[in-house]
Amino acid sequence: MVNEFADFNTLKELLGVTDGNLASHAKALEAEQYIMIEKQFIGKKPNTRYMATSHGRKAFKDHIDALEKLIQKR
Amino acid sequence: MENYLKDIQDIKKMMDKSSQFISLSGLSGILAGVYALAGAIFIKYIDALQEGYVIVDSYSFKIILGVALAVLLLSIATGLLFSIRKARRVGETVWNNTSKRLITNFMIPLVTGGVFSLLLIKNQYYGLIAPITLIFYGMACVNASKYTLRDVRYLGVTVIVIGLAATYFMGYGLEFWALGFGVCHILYGSIMYFKYDRNK
Repeated sequence: MVNEFADFNTLKELLGVTDGNLASHAKALEAEQYIMIEKQFIGKKPNTRYMATSHGRKAFKDHIDALEKLIQKR
Repeated sequence: MENYLKDIQDIKKMMDKSSQFISLSGLSGILAGVYALAGAIFIKYIDALQEGYVIVDSYSFKIILGVALAVLLLSIATGLLFSIRKARRVGETVWNNTSKRLITNFMIPLVTGGVFSLLLIKNQYYGLIAPITLIFYGMACVNASKYTLRDVRYLGVTVIVIGLAATYFMGYGLEFWALGFGVCHILYGSIMYFKYDRNK
């Protein structure tokens, strides 16, 4: 995708949501296997990264294509 | 409404521009390394029949060029074959915008290095050929790595460093070739194989 991965804080700032909100959406996406969640430690601080899976990529593309068709129909 | 349509098309464009060619096979890297080592051993064997390291003599030089070309062509063919197989297995096409972008960006530094080497031959600066080919190949890999698997970037940097070392220790071109095109490809090919291909 455009970025290889995005970390928790980047997404949180970008989307302007709370910790819990982001975490629960991420869990839902992971359950559908649309994203992979990677947790690690950078030095002493925990770091969570999200990456799209090929399944997720395809699902997103299908979604976008469907939206496009919908808009073009009008 | 047109704004939404444009937004969607922008998103699709961004996704296409940034997608990476993931059908690169670690196995083909290992094989390329094996070919390179085999070629190097073969050349060393020929050289052992005449003393001294690689010299200006046109006959043995033509043989070296021939072996290098053979290794190159075999590696490319193997790489293509394995990539096609891998792409088919995951349901991707091999020839698309992504792979075109990959090949273009790989070719630019590579062809530059190739032409540079030929010009070196023309001007009889034979000592620099091995380092130059290594350095430009490494840079081609680093450039191409943006459009395919990340590991190619590390391979590229390693080969660049080996090429610089070959410049420092002039006269051991064949050994450094064996190291950069042989050992490195086997190493990184194995890493990529175990990382991506093994458990599919």
